[in-house]
Amino acid sequence: MSDSAHALPDSDRVLPEHPPVTDWVHDFDHTDPRWIEDPFPIWDELRATCPVVHTKRFQGCYLPTSYQAVKQIAHDTEHFSSRRIIVRDERPEIQKNAAPPITSDPPEHKSAKQLLLPPFTPDAMKKLEPRVRAICNELIDEFISDGQCDAAARYTKHVPVRTICHMLGIPEKDGDLFINWIHMILELSIKDEGMLKQAVQEMTAYFAAHIEERKQRPSDDLITTLMRAKGKDGQPLDDTHVLGSLRLLLIAGIDTTWSAIGASLWHLAKTPADRERLVSEPELMPTAVEELLRAYSPVTMAREVMKETTIAGCPVKPGNMVLLSFPAANRDPAVFPDAGKIVLDRKSNPHAAFGLGIHRCIGSNLARMEMTVALQEWLKRIPNFWLDPAGKVTWSEGTVRGPRQLPILFEKAT
Amino acid sequence: MSATLKVHVDPDKCQGHARCKALAPELFDLDEYGNAHEHGDGRVPAGLEDKAWLAKANCPEIAIDVIEE
Ligand code: HEM
Ligand code: SF4
Repeated sequence: MSDSAHALPDSDRVLPEHPPVTDWVHDFDHTDPRWIEDPFPIWDELRATCPVVHTKRFQGCYLPTSYQAVKQIAHDTEHFSSRRIIVRDERPEIQKNAAPPITSDPPEHKSAKQLLLPPFTPDAMKKLEPRVRAICNELIDEFISDGQCDAAARYTKHVPVRTICHMLGIPEKDGDLFINWIHMILELSIKDEGMLKQAVQEMTAYFAAHIEERKQRPSDDLITTLMRAKGKDGQPLDDTHVLGSLRLLLIAGIDTTWSAIGASLWHLAKTPADRERLVSEPELMPTAVEELLRAYSPVTMAREVMKETTIAGCPVKPGNMVLLSFPAANRDPAVFPDAGKIVLDRKSNPHAAFGLGIHRCIGSNLARMEMTVALQEWLKRIPNFWLDPAGKVTWSEGTVRGPRQLPILFEKAT
Repeated sequence: MSATLKVHVDPDKCQGHARCKALAPELFDLDEYGNAHEHGDGRVPAGLEDKAWLAKANCPEIAIDVIEE
């Protein structure tokens, strides 16, 4: 292994340094600039070599790249725990009630999940749709006369933030606070654990105030719904559980959907044939959304190995993390013919963008609705757009991948 | 080829991705948690056979059976 090169001589552990990767099979690093820029060829190469590879970075981590291997791990909660779900240089201490259900394993997982599910069914999302359509148009109004915009900063980011604020019953303008906390938790904390603590403290204080307010004056929003929900013992949830759930909905709901809408617009901006087809055949939107979710899946979760086992014939040992790459699984040609091609009317598309098994994304119906509405409203008003050759598209690193800077030029609709 | 079809959702496998409901709303219903079950006795009305197969092909949990009677 090429690991000695970056271990300091008198240190007994690998320091959190990230030298450029030269050997992806034995020394992968998902924070490497090449991965951030264009991970697809890396995954294709790894999948063809060995479906589960290992790195000594991050104190030891596996990466499955085939659909079968990802699915097997996602379904195996006995050997793989969700108590740690982000691969970092450090392993922060396990906290009880960290963010149920995403950090829970069976048997606690089920009851924690069930109380969050009813507000997110497809029918509940239909009621929310008109507000989301209005949010999209308000955002477009702000830049449509410019003929250009950074679509990530001015559009795709704000759609999920304003939507979740609306659902929670908090001011839509507080969205900027959330964006900052989420950036600290999902990105900066990979290399600086202090960021994680600070962001969690600030979020907790913010929501504690909103919970107190609703104890005096209940409302019909999602915060109140959670405060009224009953745990498996029939008692209302304690405040720490409500706080944990609120933090989770924000962390899980914003960057992810921002990334999915952004990657979709990025694809359409650079692929005129697909853009024109979606404008002239709007009935393709449902399959197109699923295909864009498959091809540019934003979310890579993690698991911690609890007991030794084998995955796709490879031994997997406790003490290591697993980078659970749903995005790589979704590019596996064994399940998706022409996996590297975007086929807007793909017929068979059992993609794993929202996970597989018991942790299936609670917000999947919300995210699909937001993506659909955000793309529909954009294409209605800005059917003709392309990447600004003078600008640079940049991508986020870590758990959630999506464009964070997306400079676009466009022709205004007449 | 003209056999009657029935769909069945295995409740132990279904995780509520709701792909079946989006593709074949006539054949599936969702409960309050968003998990699916077949509509009525699962019999597929004539003309909806393709939708039954489509739902099966898009379920990421392989929870849907299409049975030919
Ligand atoms: C396109 C947007 C989104 C994508 C790609 C996505 C992806 C995912 C994935 C892959 C998981 C599985 C995690 C695992 O296996 O450990 C997950 C879980 C989760 N997601 Fe999402 N998500 C999105 C949007 C949302 C939204 C909008 C919300 C809520 C507002 C949300 C809330 C959650 C929650 C609460 C979980 C935990 C479920 C559990 O552990 O049982 N997500 N998401
Ligand atoms: S697509 Fe499959 S997992 Fe999803 S709701 Fe339907 S049966 Fe359940």
